[in-house]
Amino acid sequence: MSMAVTHFNYIAVIVLMMIGLYVLFATGNLIKRMVGLALFQTSTALFYISLGKVSGGTAAITIYADSPEGRALAATLDPAYVDQFGINGVVYSNPLPHVLILTAIVVGVATLSVGLSIVVRIREAYGTVETDEIEAVARVEAAQSGPARSEAGA
Amino acid sequence: MILFEAIYVAPPALTAQAPILVIAGPLIGACAAVLSPGARTAWMISVLTAAFTLWMSVAVAGEVARAGVIDYALGGFAQPMGIALRIDALGATMALLIASVGLLGALYSGHALVSEVKPEKHTLFQSGYLLCLAGFIGLVLTGDAFNAFVFLEVSSIGTYALVGVGEARDKRALPAAFNYLIFGTVGATFYVLGIGFLYAATGTLNMADMAMRLATLGDNTAAQAGLAFVVAGLGIKAAMFPLHGWLPGAYAGAPSLVSVFLAATATKAAIYLIIRFVLDVFPEGEFGAIFLRWILAPLAATAVIVCSVQAIFAKEVRRILAFSSVAQVGFIMLGVSLATAAGVSAGVYYLIAHALLKGALFMAVGAFAVSVRARTVDDFAGIACEAPWSAAAFGVGAASLAGVPMTMGFLAKWTLISAALEAGAVWIAVTLAIGSLLTLIYVWRMLEAIFFRMPAAGAERAREAPVGVLVPLFILAGLSLLFGVTSTLPASMADASAAALTGAAP
Repeated sequence: MSMAVTHFNYIAVIVLMMIGLYVLFATGNLIKRMVGLALFQTSTALFYISLGKVSGGTAAITIYADSPEGRALAATLDPAYVDQFGINGVVYSNPLPHVLILTAIVVGVATLSVGLSIVVRIREAYGTVETDEIEAVARVEAAQSGPARSEAGA
Repeated sequence: MILFEAIYVAPPALTAQAPILVIAGPLIGACAAVLSPGARTAWMISVLTAAFTLWMSVAVAGEVARAGVIDYALGGFAQPMGIALRIDALGATMALLIASVGLLGALYSGHALVSEVKPEKHTLFQSGYLLCLAGFIGLVLTGDAFNAFVFLEVSSIGTYALVGVGEARDKRALPAAFNYLIFGTVGATFYVLGIGFLYAATGTLNMADMAMRLATLGDNTAAQAGLAFVVAGLGIKAAMFPLHGWLPGAYAGAPSLVSVFLAATATKAAIYLIIRFVLDVFPEGEFGAIFLRWILAPLAATAVIVCSVQAIFAKEVRRILAFSSVAQVGFIMLGVSLATAAGVSAGVYYLIAHALLKGALFMAVGAFAVSVRARTVDDFAGIACEAPWSAAAFGVGAASLAGVPMTMGFLAKWTLISAALEAGAVWIAVTLAIGSLLTLIYVWRMLEAIFFRMPAAGAERAREAPVGVLVPLFILAGLSLLFGVTSTLPASMADASAAALTGAAP
C-alpha cells in the first residue's frame, strides 16, 4: 500500500500511457488514433514533470531580498526561517526535466499537426477516416485500376 | 581515415566551425527553399546546400581523422552542462555517408520528381528534404541524448510529409505515411521515456558523461529499463524486426527519391544511435552482454530469415526491396551483437555497403518510373531492352545485394561471416550464410524478369531515363563496384569506428 502512495505519480503515468496505447491500436478511426497518440505523449510529459519535482522544493527562480517581490515574500514567511535560509529557502525542484519536456511538447504538437493534415488528405483521397473502409476502397481501386505494364494489351 | 588527412579540405577557420555548419547549412537551405519562387530555384538551392553539407562533412571527417574526437560546445557552454556536439570516427563516417547520399539524391530530384510529385509541391518537397538531411546529420553528430531526440523528430516529421507526397503516383502513400507517423511517434516517445529513466539514474544528458556515471553505478534497474526503452524506441525507427510494420508500405508508396533517402539514411541513423547506446553509453557488463546475446542477436537472426522469405514471396519490386531492407538491418545488427572490434567493424562496413547499394536499387526503380508505370515483378519484364543503362545500374546494385564477388556487398558479407567465426559464434555465421542464400533467390527473381524475359506483347514501352537521373544513379552504383575492388576507404573508416566504440587499436 505504501508503495502505491509513494509511487502514485508513476502509477498515474502508467495508467495514462496504457490508455493512450490501447486507444492508439484498438480503434480504426484515424482521428481517435491521433487522440490516443496525444494521450500517450502527454503521459511522458507527466513522467518528466514528476521526475523533476523535489518534495517541498520551490520553483528554481532567484528572488533578490531587496526587490519589491522579495520584501513581499519575506513578509509572508517566518522571520526565523528567513534568517536561516534567506527568502528562497534551500530546496529547489529540478528545472531541467521541465525544460526538456517543454521541447518534447513542442515536438508533439508538430507531430500532431502533421498527422492531422495527413488525415485531412486521406479524407480527401478516400472519402473516409475509418481504416477498414480505406482498405476496402484501396482493394476496389486496385482491382479496377488501369492495366499496369505487364497486362496492357493482353 | 588516412586519406582525408592528405587533402586540403577547407580553410582552418571554416573547418573549426564545420561541425555546426554541417547541421545549420541544410536548416538554412530548408528555409530558403520554402521562399524560392519556383521548382527550378528550389532544386538549385537543394543541390547547392547538399553540396555545401558534403563539403563540410568531409572537413569534419578530415578533422576527426587528424584529432581523433571533436568536442564542439554549442554556444560556448562547457560540457557536460552545455549541449555539445561530440564527433568520433563513427559519427564522422555516418555524416559523410548521409551527406553523400543527400547530394546524389538532390541531384537526382531534378528530373525524378517531375513524374512522381505534383508540380506545385516541389518547393515544399525540397524544403522537407533538406530538413530531413539536417535532422539525420544532427542525429549522428550530437553528444547529447535529448538533443538526439530533437534531431530524430526534426528528420522524422520531414519524412512523414515526404512519404505522404507520394500520393500523386500511388494513393496508398497516404495511409502508409499515417501508419509511419503513428509508429514513429510511439518510437520517439519510448526513446524520450528511456532518456527520462537514464537521466533519473545518472543526472546527466551528455552521452560521454552518462557513460562514465553508468560505469560506476553498477546494477541499476532504472538505467537498465531506460536502455530497454531507448532500444525499443529506436528499434521502431530502425525497422528492427519485429517493429518494422511501417516500413514496406512507406517504402512502396513514397516517391522514389524518398525511398532512396530513407533506405540509405533514415534507418541507418537510427541504427547508429542504437549502436551508440548499446556499445558506447552503456558500460560493458553482464546486463549489456545478455541484452546483446539474448535479445538483439536472436531478433536480428529472425529478421534475416523471416524477412528474406517475405521478400521472396512479395509481388511488387518496391516491396521486395523494402523487406530486403529489414532483413539487411538484421545482418548489420548481427555483426554489432558480436560486440568484438571485428564484429562492429563488419557491421559498420555492411551498413555503408547496404546504404550505397539499396540507394542505387531504389534510384534505378525510380529511373524506370520516369517513363513507365511498373509495380510488380512482371511489369519489369524485359525492361533491360528498353532502358539498358538504368537496368545495368540496377544489375550492379542487385549483384552487390546478393554478394557477387568484386562488389562491395561481397566484401561486406565476407567480413561479417569471418568476424562471426572469429568470435566463435557459429550459429550467427550459419544464419548469415542462409540469409545470403535467400537473398540470392529474391535478387534472381528480379534480375530474371528484367534481363532474361521479353516484355509482354503490346506492353507500354519504357524509355531510358534522362541524364540528370542517370548520373547520380551511376555514381551510386559505381561506388558499390569501386569499393568492391579497392575497399581501403570504407574499411578503414569502419575499423576506426569500431576502434572508437570498443576501445581497441584500429
